[in-house]
Amino acid sequence: MISEIHGSFHFKQGSFLLDIDFKIPGRGVTTIFGASGSGKTTLLRCIAGLEQAKSGFLKVNDCCWQDDSKFIPTYQRPLGYVFQEASLFSHLSVKKNLEYGLQRTPPEQHKLIFDEVVDLLGISTLLTRNPNNLSGGEKQRVAIARALLTSPKLLLMDEPMAALDDNSKAEILPYLERLHAELLIPILYITHTIAEVMRLADNVLLIDKGKLIGNGTLSEILTRLDLPLAHVYEAGVVIEAKVIEHDEEFHLTYLEFSGGRLSLGREDLLLGTKVRVVLNARDISLALENEVNSSILNTFRAIILEVAEESPGQLMVKLDVANTLLLTRITKKSWTLLNLQIGMSVYARVKSVALFNK
Amino acid sequence: MVDINWSPIWLTLQLAAITTVLLLIISTPLAWWLAHTKCWCKSVVEALVSLPLVIPPTVLGFYLLVILGSQGVVGELWQSLTGGHLAFTFTGLVIGSMIFSLPFAVHPLQNAFHAMGTRPLEVAATLRASPLDCFFSVIFPLARPGFLTAATLTFSHTVGEFGVVLMIGGSIPGKTQVLSIAIYEHVEMADFQTAHILSGVMLLFSFIILVALYAINKHLYQQGK
Repeated sequence: MISEIHGSFHFKQGSFLLDIDFKIPGRGVTTIFGASGSGKTTLLRCIAGLEQAKSGFLKVNDCCWQDDSKFIPTYQRPLGYVFQEASLFSHLSVKKNLEYGLQRTPPEQHKLIFDEVVDLLGISTLLTRNPNNLSGGEKQRVAIARALLTSPKLLLMDEPMAALDDNSKAEILPYLERLHAELLIPILYITHTIAEVMRLADNVLLIDKGKLIGNGTLSEILTRLDLPLAHVYEAGVVIEAKVIEHDEEFHLTYLEFSGGRLSLGREDLLLGTKVRVVLNARDISLALENEVNSSILNTFRAIILEVAEESPGQLMVKLDVANTLLLTRITKKSWTLLNLQIGMSVYARVKSVALFNK
Repeated sequence: MVDINWSPIWLTLQLAAITTVLLLIISTPLAWWLAHTKCWCKSVVEALVSLPLVIPPTVLGFYLLVILGSQGVVGELWQSLTGGHLAFTFTGLVIGSMIFSLPFAVHPLQNAFHAMGTRPLEVAATLRASPLDCFFSVIFPLARPGFLTAATLTFSHTVGEFGVVLMIGGSIPGKTQVLSIAIYEHVEMADFQTAHILSGVMLLFSFIILVALYAINKHLYQQGK
């Protein structure tokens, strides 16, 4: 069985037209990224069947949910939907909210156990509470658990953190990462925050004005110089790395990734832990020689693959470090002074490294 | 002790109960549609629903008599279908009362549905609830204050109705003579004592019904928590 989600929607709403055809892997987290009003939510609603596209097609892992001759209504689609606002039923307790979908799912389809889901999202102490008395972060965790308890074959999340303050976001992110790591359910996750894309995504659908402008793995989309994500202020790459050593004397932690070793300030992580590391384009500089007399510890030999002008004075350069792609933002003046060329071998010096636990 | 004919009270309660039940059944989909439609004809329908609020009951009653009477469009149709009459019958009273109380049932429901929005329905649908299931498990409990208000207003409005009932039902004892008309006739005949007793009983009864309804609502509300 091919594990794949294939959708195609042509949907007009007032003057807005959503016209999208996409194929994404039927596992992992695919983030839908785009500006406000680009059609992200409309796309998700079409997938859920909450909007009925005139001409639409949707197949989820060999199961057709919609084509020209059939339209399975939302309540018969095995999906979970987490709305931007938690939308808990205010007339039911937290426990009854959780049981609402569970009771309506045929027992033979139950794949997740109530207590496990409750533990996964850390809401066991909230069960007897009334939804109106929960904090924003708590509400959203209950809403996620409620959606999961229907044992969905596809989990749709519409900016679940957009309505939350920074503290609640920080509280909920680790739970989202656990979902990603521990469940096999494919997740479609809408966001307009690049940090969330970097932290959660395996794949990215880039949407602009109702059209799909990019579809690929996180690394591909982040480093494609023809797409907008490579040119935002926080542009950079995410690499998967493993904790291999702690240096107690200098209080450092060493990570290994396919392009080499990275050192960063001592992190309290077990050896072998897999982490996501963000290398921002603005934190990487280029040098022609591997200067030993430098305070920068992380230097990699790299090949210049591509360059694009961002502003009259600035360039974005794409590098290859042993098959790991990096981005660096440099001035046009540096490019000229160093006489840089595509295909040239240089040294990429990484000034700082941000780390996400995995 | 005067000999009192209690049938107007019984008839009034029957009329009010039947009108309330039937009207809520009809008003629910209508109010839902009005709360969520974007159709251009919404204003027209809203105006029609609210019309009984502004026209005098006697005018409404007069038109109903014309339409429901044996020469009227509806009356004739009814006669050809059932062989019976609508004017001056209990059925005619029910129809008249329903039209007269329509805004009192539709408005509270429409407001409740509007305030609720469509989100709870969408959430319920993503949690596998069919539309009917969703109505009973989500919409009804969430809009219960609206239903309670609609039922209370319709019931009390029907109990207190006079002009429409007189026009379309006349005052046939045991058939169409409701309480308000009976009281009016007792007063006309200077029988103040009977008018007093009937009025007092009705006042007490209405009060008890209202207290019971509000108590039930409070109880249900707390149970849901």
